[in-house]
Amino acid sequence: MSKDIHIKRGLNIPLQGESDKKITSSKSPTQYAIQPPDFYGLTPKLSVKTNDTVVAGDVLFYDKNQEQIKFTSPVSGTIANIKRGAKRKILTVEILADAKDTFKDFGKADANTLSRDQIKEKLLQSGCWPYIKQRPYDVVADPNATPKAIFISAYNTVPLAADFAFILKDRKEAFAAGITVLSKLTDGAVNLGINSKDADFFSAIADANVYNVSGKHPAGNVSFQIAKIDPINQGEKVWVVSPQDVAIIGALFLTGYYNPTRTIAIAGVGVKEPQYYTLKTGQHLEELFSEILVNGNFRLISGNVLSGERIFKNSYLRYFANSICVIPEGNHYDFLGWHPFIGNNKLSLSRTFFSWLTPNKKYNLDTNLNGEERALVVTGEMEQVFPMNIYPLQLLKAAMADDIEKMENLGIYEVAPEDFALIDFTNTSKLEAQEIIRYALDVMVKEVG
Amino acid sequence: MKFLRKKLDYIKPAFLRRGKFQKFAPAFFAIDSFLFVPNHTTRTGAHIRDGVDLKRVMYTVVLALLPALFFGMWNVGYQHFSQIGGDLSFWHLMGYGATKVLPMVIVSYGIGLGIEFLFAIKRGHEVNEGYLVTGMLIPLIMPVELPLWMLALAVAFAVVLGKEVFGGTGMNILNPALLARAFAFFSYAPYMSGDKVWVADAAKLDAVSGETILGTLADGGGQVSHSVMDMFMGYVPGSIGETSVLMILIGAALLIFTGVASWRIMLSAVLGAAVMGLIFNATAVNPLMAFPWWQHMLVGGFAFGIVFMATDPVSSAQTTKGKWIYGFFVGFLAVMIRVFNSAYPEGVMMAILLMNVFAPTIDHYVIQSNVKRRKNRLKKLVKAA
Repeated sequence: MSKDIHIKRGLNIPLQGESDKKITSSKSPTQYAIQPPDFYGLTPKLSVKTNDTVVAGDVLFYDKNQEQIKFTSPVSGTIANIKRGAKRKILTVEILADAKDTFKDFGKADANTLSRDQIKEKLLQSGCWPYIKQRPYDVVADPNATPKAIFISAYNTVPLAADFAFILKDRKEAFAAGITVLSKLTDGAVNLGINSKDADFFSAIADANVYNVSGKHPAGNVSFQIAKIDPINQGEKVWVVSPQDVAIIGALFLTGYYNPTRTIAIAGVGVKEPQYYTLKTGQHLEELFSEILVNGNFRLISGNVLSGERIFKNSYLRYFANSICVIPEGNHYDFLGWHPFIGNNKLSLSRTFFSWLTPNKKYNLDTNLNGEERALVVTGEMEQVFPMNIYPLQLLKAAMADDIEKMENLGIYEVAPEDFALIDFTNTSKLEAQEIIRYALDVMVKEVG
Repeated sequence: MKFLRKKLDYIKPAFLRRGKFQKFAPAFFAIDSFLFVPNHTTRTGAHIRDGVDLKRVMYTVVLALLPALFFGMWNVGYQHFSQIGGDLSFWHLMGYGATKVLPMVIVSYGIGLGIEFLFAIKRGHEVNEGYLVTGMLIPLIMPVELPLWMLALAVAFAVVLGKEVFGGTGMNILNPALLARAFAFFSYAPYMSGDKVWVADAAKLDAVSGETILGTLADGGGQVSHSVMDMFMGYVPGSIGETSVLMILIGAALLIFTGVASWRIMLSAVLGAAVMGLIFNATAVNPLMAFPWWQHMLVGGFAFGIVFMATDPVSSAQTTKGKWIYGFFVGFLAVMIRVFNSAYPEGVMMAILLMNVFAPTIDHYVIQSNVKRRKNRLKKLVKAA
């Protein structure tokens, strides 16, 4: 039996260039790289050096503070280069892939017959552990902890969203197996949020409580579903996993191999034919981009346009990516562009544009800030896109003031930076809300732990 | 526009770091970004942004004030020429009003923006747009006969002590425009009340009936000679922008429609005034208490105050619940002050300033209830375990 969750407030941002429901597999390049900065808050320690040979599943590096957390190679090949940045921080571990992959065998297993520790061991050894993230703080989960519940949102409401039901359509079995694995890791429940249009697809999932989620963005963000289903209290931990990562975990148990092949939606007006591509984590993207992108002044974003990270043409597929968006850069001037009721091709929550008259119109938004950062003046606009029982403006102010007690009281444990993405988008003062919350969570990790 | 852009880009390097006029960068960029929305792109966080910015919001309020401003000019002419007799044609009245009102607007913007620019240059931060609204509000809530130097002093007081000492736009506790009025009211009382100040050049006339309606009532037993329709349309003496409820409602419609000002504050203030007014009407022992509750909303600065001043997002309550409470008490106290304290016939100014002071306290208790709920949730859990 599924339960219904409706999230009232929010804002859908309809953008041009949504992906067609078509999957193309790309040619496998020879260059791959794993990028430690993908794993927020961890300090990588290398297990390999240049010219070492590895097979898919061999450890590349591990976390300095929790040595059980290992990061493994997506392909077999030779370590080509280890690129370091300022203070010798490791930026990329580059691998030159063999023509044919050989995999390290972690052994097929039915999660139902394994103990919790055995499952954890398998996830840690294979390099699947980092897919599990912990709330509060939005960091890689602590292997020694037991979460009160695990949450998965298979409903994606971000602009140019990758459709999880479509991504998983050929990996249903692996997804179900992954859910079973996760259900062994908690004493509570595995909660899966889906949209009712995908109800048939997810109907066979046995080991999870399924919730029908409806509403505008950010209804698909897992934090808002957690708040409705089983809110996080001070001292509690929950884990969250993205659906595609669940399938990779499931495949590990079904086949015994760690094979991080991902289906990625490449979308936006800067793509010739927006559609889905089958890619491998760490794969070099330059060749693919040179084929599929429109020439021009565009920004490439790994992830979604609201909380993704800027990448460049010669980059590698990021560890957690489900989509790549390509939107126009906005480095242009706008003569008297601030005048009310002018520039109606822009989307706005306020009605100082006429764009609210055409709710079904798809927009071609660029990266212009549409103004400059200012003091906080307008009130009430953040609450409109933050459907949780939290005062976002006051929480942000407490965060800026480093006031730990106030942040605790106002609910810092229940939020992740991505939940403030719409506040980034809508707020008149052009406040960088996600950055402030990330900073606040770091303060909390340091001071409270 | 390309020519203008090129010119700006040509002189820009002088204002950048190590440029000749580096110190004046805030002033240059204020003008530059006024002409052109800058080419800044998103750096971190969301890659796309809402089209709205503070300039647009502030300018929307200025647009909403224009009907009241233009009616105010006309009414200055009308009050003057209907007393001394003369040509009552539209353009004649407008023209006369403009010569009285525009200098006040210019002084208000000139002094206020001058101080804002000075502070921005001194502190090396951007010029905030907040004063665009304040600068328009101040002349609209002053009597037309206020000498310009008093206006200038009131503006300087409001901007420096009302706003900049707290850290500038967004940090002030009191509404700066009302502070300017309060300053003028207590410093130059003879110029701010009575029956001479509301009609232009009234001093030169012998018999002027230029008392405001509230003033007439407060003087005890005076008969109000204006019809309700006059009050609504605004053909009565009063501060420049406050008389016409119709024009203010047009502005209010724009503010509510665009979502720039809080309809909750406006509505709850009307409710608060109605409740207080009804109580007075029911227990009336003098003409002021008997003044019909709904007419309180048509006279004096009530409409102007709750639409344009009480809704100032910086000095009002910030939480949704808080806005309801704050608005209600603004209306409630406005009528109470009018009736009980006849020395201050304009109770709205006092009521809003008082509630500005209490707004953070209201928010505090609203937020505390949210915090309590979160703590209770945890307590219940601990008990269950």
